[in-house]
Amino acid sequence: MKVISSKSKRLLLFFFLSVCISLTYETSVHAFSGQVIQRGAVGDDVIELQARLQNIGYYNGKIDGVYGWGTYWALRNFQKDFGLPVDGLGGLKTRQKLVGASNFNGKWVHTQIAKGNQFTYYGGVPIEKQVKPRKRAAGGAKAQARQTARNNGGAKNGNRNRTAATAANVPGGYSQNDIQLMANAVYGEARGESYIGQVAIAAVILNRLESPSFPNSISGVIFEPRAFTAVADGQIWLTPNERAREAVIDAINGWDPTGNAQYYFNPDTATSPWIWTRPQIKKIGKHIFCK
Amino acid sequence: MIRNILVGVLAVALIGTGYWGYQEHQEKNAVLINAENNYQRAFHDLSYQMDVLHDEIGNTLAMNSRNSLSPALTDVWRITSEAQLDVGQLPLTLMPFNKTEELLSDIGDFSYRTAVRDLEKEPLNDKEYKRLQSLYKESGEVQDELRKVQYLVIKNNLRWMDVETALANNDENADNTIVDGFKTVEKTVKGYSETSNLDPNFSSRQQKEDNFKNIKGKKISKQDAVAKARQYANMSGSPKARVEESGKGSEFGFYSVSLTDPKTKNEVNMDITKKGGYPIWYINTRDVNRSRIDLNTASNKALAFLKTNDFDSLDLYESAQYDNIGLFNFVTSVEGVRVYADSVKVKVALDDGSIIGFSADEFLKSHKIREIGKASVTMEQARAKINPNVKVMEERKALIENDLGEEVLCYEFLGTIGEDTYRIFINANTSQEEKVEKLKNSEPVYENIV
Repeated sequence: MKVISSKSKRLLLFFFLSVCISLTYETSVHAFSGQVIQRGAVGDDVIELQARLQNIGYYNGKIDGVYGWGTYWALRNFQKDFGLPVDGLGGLKTRQKLVGASNFNGKWVHTQIAKGNQFTYYGGVPIEKQVKPRKRAAGGAKAQARQTARNNGGAKNGNRNRTAATAANVPGGYSQNDIQLMANAVYGEARGESYIGQVAIAAVILNRLESPSFPNSISGVIFEPRAFTAVADGQIWLTPNERAREAVIDAINGWDPTGNAQYYFNPDTATSPWIWTRPQIKKIGKHIFCK
Repeated sequence: MIRNILVGVLAVALIGTGYWGYQEHQEKNAVLINAENNYQRAFHDLSYQMDVLHDEIGNTLAMNSRNSLSPALTDVWRITSEAQLDVGQLPLTLMPFNKTEELLSDIGDFSYRTAVRDLEKEPLNDKEYKRLQSLYKESGEVQDELRKVQYLVIKNNLRWMDVETALANNDENADNTIVDGFKTVEKTVKGYSETSNLDPNFSSRQQKEDNFKNIKGKKISKQDAVAKARQYANMSGSPKARVEESGKGSEFGFYSVSLTDPKTKNEVNMDITKKGGYPIWYINTRDVNRSRIDLNTASNKALAFLKTNDFDSLDLYESAQYDNIGLFNFVTSVEGVRVYADSVKVKVALDDGSIIGFSADEFLKSHKIREIGKASVTMEQARAKINPNVKVMEERKALIENDLGEEVLCYEFLGTIGEDTYRIFINANTSQEEKVEKLKNSEPVYENIV
């Protein structure tokens, strides 16, 4: 008798546990992961947040997986209306309320994003009517070819995960193309240098941007005649790696390893004696940075 | 027979090569002429802009009424920017031509400041009038020298491509009229620059270069710097340290410390001010793996890091995720007033939550004990000044630097028009609209759209 009871107890425990596990499994599939979603975040949780807010009419922007200002105001309005503390954070309580109030068809939303379709996710309208398939350029074959070329390029560019979000955070005042152009210049000028050396080159470009003696745009500074050897000999058109891009973003976000330098040169290859007359600040790797 | 065929083939080959060579030559010439023309256009345009600039400044000297003075000064400002653009297109980077460019920038600064001011209430004072006169004289000299160069260029059919080669070969003896001409222009300006910048009202640029003057403390030694860096880096094991002092060109003394872990080859770099031993920036170079913690946890870690390193009373103002890195921007908050100039940035790796970057550059440059004055305008009065199309969502007080480089106490309003978010600063004493900026939305990844 004793034996049986302990067995049944064990069985009960097992049953209970399995229910628990399946329950947590259920919620983790259909709702957010455990994170507190903060402004600036990217990823699947943000996609879900945006889709759910749009589902109940708070968010009218694009579902792009980047928690920007539009999402922020939408969430705050939601928090206000549902009696939650208004902080713009996707905390546990807020997420629970949101899950209770809205629908989210994760599979459908992610399919649309993967296909690159334009879509919305308002409640009360059949979702099939909210999709505009991506317009392909004339000639399917051409588009296909471009697609594969791009995919190859993407693979070369490293392991950046771009499937989740269709947009990216960009530091204020600069476009992604500006960043790309700078990454090209940094890579062409200093691909053999350490990471700090690359941030330094990007910082010099930005210091020139602020200086009265240089042009006032990224492209102006980079393509100024005789300014960068990488531009003169065409090395700027090499495909930069991820590291160069990171270095540029760091520099834009305020890291300046050069101590406010406007010039730099490689003492082994510099041809102009004038550059030696500039007051030097410091040396990073092969480059000497000067005022 | 074979000989004839051979001769024939060789003849064809010769003609073919000749033709190909001729074509190549033509193409090269076309490209050269194109490049030359671009330089010529920029140069002649610069000369023209200097003419217009000189005339326009001359006109303002004779004007007295606000109605005509403001537009004229605005025009001066526009012309200086165009002239600067032209200089930027000429291959003068490795030639000392900055003084001339600085003159242009000074004229631009001056004309902008005076043009945006309400000249009815605050007309040009004597000092400013004198400054305008000296700018008129200086621009006249530059114009004169440039005209001389231009005359020689046209008369002798001089080519900018030769300047390129002269500068590249660095031939001191080469007699290059253009290079010499520009050197003369530069010398002319140099003669003035020292004396004419005396008026402190017009030195916002110079002021900015006057770095780190507010920091206090004793001078630290190299050993202290290394110790400090170790404390920040928080590295396990015994990293190898290397310290270097800043060179003569630096506006302030600092140590550059680099710590390398002999095992993992991880490198930490850091600059520390000599005076007081304040950290200017810090970067830990390592590969960051897939994100495991969220942005919110990371921002708390960043805040804790700042607390342990004596950066108190900071508000988180911006956060953003770049791949597997969280970037946080903190600003000082004094009695609930945000001081935007005092900004500290922290970079957190989202794989293990460690601090991999830190920059207090701006903070150290601008931080000081501030007396934050009283606001004579109420929040409601300020809000009434905002464009009625803006739906205000958030409001607070903030200290910002306005267009004229002065620190002013403002009410900051965040509001929306449609899908766009704006930040609006209304002066808390004059209720003037100091700054309106559209905040950046995320940018689509074009790879997926095009």
